Amino acid sequence: MKSKRFEVLAARPVNQDGYVKEWPEVGLIAMNSPFDPVPSIKIENGRVVELDGKTRDQFDMLDTFIADHAIRLAGAEKAMAMDSLEIARMIVDINVSRKEVLDITLCLTPAKLTEVVGKLSIVEIMMGLTKMRARMMPANQCHVTNVKDNPIQIAADAAEAAIRGFAEMETTVGVARYAPFNAMALFVGAQVGRAGIMTQCALEEATELMLGMRGFTTYAETISVYGTEPVFMDGDDTPYSKAFLASCYASRGLKMRFTSGTGSEVQMGYAEGKSMLYLEARCLAVTKGAGVQGTQNGSVSCIGVPAGVPGGIRAVAAENLIAMLLDLECTSSNDQTFTHSDLRRVARSVPQFFSGTDYICSGYSATPNYDNMFAGSNWDAEDYDDWNIIQRDMRVDGGLNPVREEDVIKARNKAARALQGMFRELGLPEITDAEVEAATYANGSQDMPDRNVNEDLKAIEEMMARKVTGVDFVKALDKAGFPDVAQNVYNMLRQKVAGDYLHTASIFDDNFHVLSAVNVPNDYHGPMTGYQISEERWEQLKNIPNAISPEDI
Amino acid sequence: MTFDANVLRSVIEEVLKEMNVSEGAPAAAPAAAPASTIPAGKLTLTETGEAQKGTAADEVVIGLAPAFATKQHKTIIDLPHDKVLREIIAGIEEEGMKWRLIKVYRTSDVSFIAHDAAEYSGSGIGIGIQSKGTTVIHQKDLPPLSNLELFSQAPLIDLDTYRQIGKNAAKYAKGEAPTPVPVRNDQMARPTYQALSALLHIKETELVDYTRKPQAVTASFQ
Repeated sequence: MKSKRFEVLAARPVNQDGYVKEWPEVGLIAMNSPFDPVPSIKIENGRVVELDGKTRDQFDMLDTFIADHAIRLAGAEKAMAMDSLEIARMIVDINVSRKEVLDITLCLTPAKLTEVVGKLSIVEIMMGLTKMRARMMPANQCHVTNVKDNPIQIAADAAEAAIRGFAEMETTVGVARYAPFNAMALFVGAQVGRAGIMTQCALEEATELMLGMRGFTTYAETISVYGTEPVFMDGDDTPYSKAFLASCYASRGLKMRFTSGTGSEVQMGYAEGKSMLYLEARCLAVTKGAGVQGTQNGSVSCIGVPAGVPGGIRAVAAENLIAMLLDLECTSSNDQTFTHSDLRRVARSVPQFFSGTDYICSGYSATPNYDNMFAGSNWDAEDYDDWNIIQRDMRVDGGLNPVREEDVIKARNKAARALQGMFRELGLPEITDAEVEAATYANGSQDMPDRNVNEDLKAIEEMMARKVTGVDFVKALDKAGFPDVAQNVYNMLRQKVAGDYLHTASIFDDNFHVLSAVNVPNDYHGPMTGYQISEERWEQLKNIPNAISPEDI
Repeated sequence: MTFDANVLRSVIEEVLKEMNVSEGAPAAAPAAAPASTIPAGKLTLTETGEAQKGTAADEVVIGLAPAFATKQHKTIIDLPHDKVLREIIAGIEEEGMKWRLIKVYRTSDVSFIAHDAAEYSGSGIGIGIQSKGTTVIHQKDLPPLSNLELFSQAPLIDLDTYRQIGKNAAKYAKGEAPTPVPVRNDQMARPTYQALSALLHIKETELVDYTRKPQAVTASFQ
């Protein structure tokens, strides 16, 4: 006989997910692999000669890079000599300031950082996230993509996402050659919705840099680093080449962050038997050593790997905390599907959502997931009201806010028309009124007419050959009768000259003022300190359109 | 190799039958299309020494990942490698182009495998395929981590798609600008397959040999 209870349980979404048993020899283990190194440091004549159990002659290129660039040597031997448990307790002690914690953690090796966060429960990790986040107020980022690479839909979805509250937006492609249109559409759509939103397009790295330099994007995020040498080499890269790429962005005044996450090394087959969290700590040390202001981490696209092993989701929150312990901007993933279970996907996001991170999602899908070209996000457009109501239930600021349908329709329509006008002025393939109308009311690409893909790809090739830049977008928008959008795009391009937004954890308010860890640092030190939701913001968060007013009855 | 009309017809029927069986009867491929010269059957790959860079402008090189059809024999959704390869080849041949196989050992990264294939291809167009099924169409002049077309979600690649991949690669090789094979997306592929994908890739990567140059491969379908 079969149990009917077990039959029901077997059919539950959670049992459609893939799980694997730990296999430490190949690194299929979230934290505390028996093969992880024991923390150590030895410094002679101002130079690290031993790092986490290896002497300099045994260093691989990551060890060398980390030893030479990532660790604050003044005080390192003292900090490394401290009991990891004591450091862990300082992280959750409201009487120890964020700065005092950093003075210790910036001196630690990857193995020591891993050991410290390993002492914390998930609730204590959340306390750490609240206290150690770089920027005072949390924010959120979204993905704006679609399976057809339809630029009109991208512009409309970006405009809607902007009024819903996202501070940053990321697109990518189904077909790589569509990238310039996707980037332009995102840029314009975002600036229609709200002035001051940063936009990026995730691509092959040279192309991504080129689009940034030509003003198609205003920041970059998908510069990946890895925790073992062979994975770096698989991508024809080294920590040094990544640092060089980072400096290319900085020298052009473009904000950028690195990306890494637990599970990538084992996913690529080269974890060298180390735990996912230890390898991620190495990635974050490389990020710090390269002088980069921040990271997108939290397993990111490899989330199915840590999620498949015991303790994996705790390790993901712990890696966000390590980023913060290195004083990096933390853009904390929550951006990829990993489960069929709605319960599991909420639980996975609770640490970052309720504690607040610099960007809780990186990103939240601003389209239905079938259009999410990062292979689906943990949250999508059809969850907008769930997110808003969870904010209202818990009185947390997750970076979004309820919106009115008429405002969304207006913004989507204007973004589609602005892109239509800009395409016309730039001599690009026509955007028809029917496409504008479809984008205005669409939920996803199933509601959009098909475009002539070959004609678009040919026009893109020609446009890139004639050296069109962001300045041409400004002119075209102005000529097309959208001077306000032109002004916003222009103001964003100007930021690259000012460079203020290169500071850690920067976002813009709608007057193009930078809010970063420099001018609005997180100063949490216990109840009623740090970021507090203002009365005005609470009004915005709590007023969902479907709440009944007592006076209406 | 020459075939008479009857053999050709039986090959067409065989391929169509298999496609229908494995995919729950998709729209049948155009019956008029000339079929592959490759008969149905079990695939055996034989390495014949270091591959040479091609000069024939009418060839597409297919780069196979280290474990393909030797240590692993089916994709992540259990499509047998011989069928996969036959579809890609049939797609190339339908466009009147030639194909050549190489085995890439220096990496298990599909983008680099595809780029290596493109560099060895006389037309400059290559296809890279991992054992789990992930596939890229590449051109030698592009940066290695860019591509002409990327099929990153292996669980969504069916036999019909592999045939279209072969066709499009051949069209690029002819200097045409084909409409990219429609991109597919399933947000639940990761939850279902990622851990398994890691295991398959680990096993493929165990066979990587940095120092080994691409090997020429002949295929027999017996």
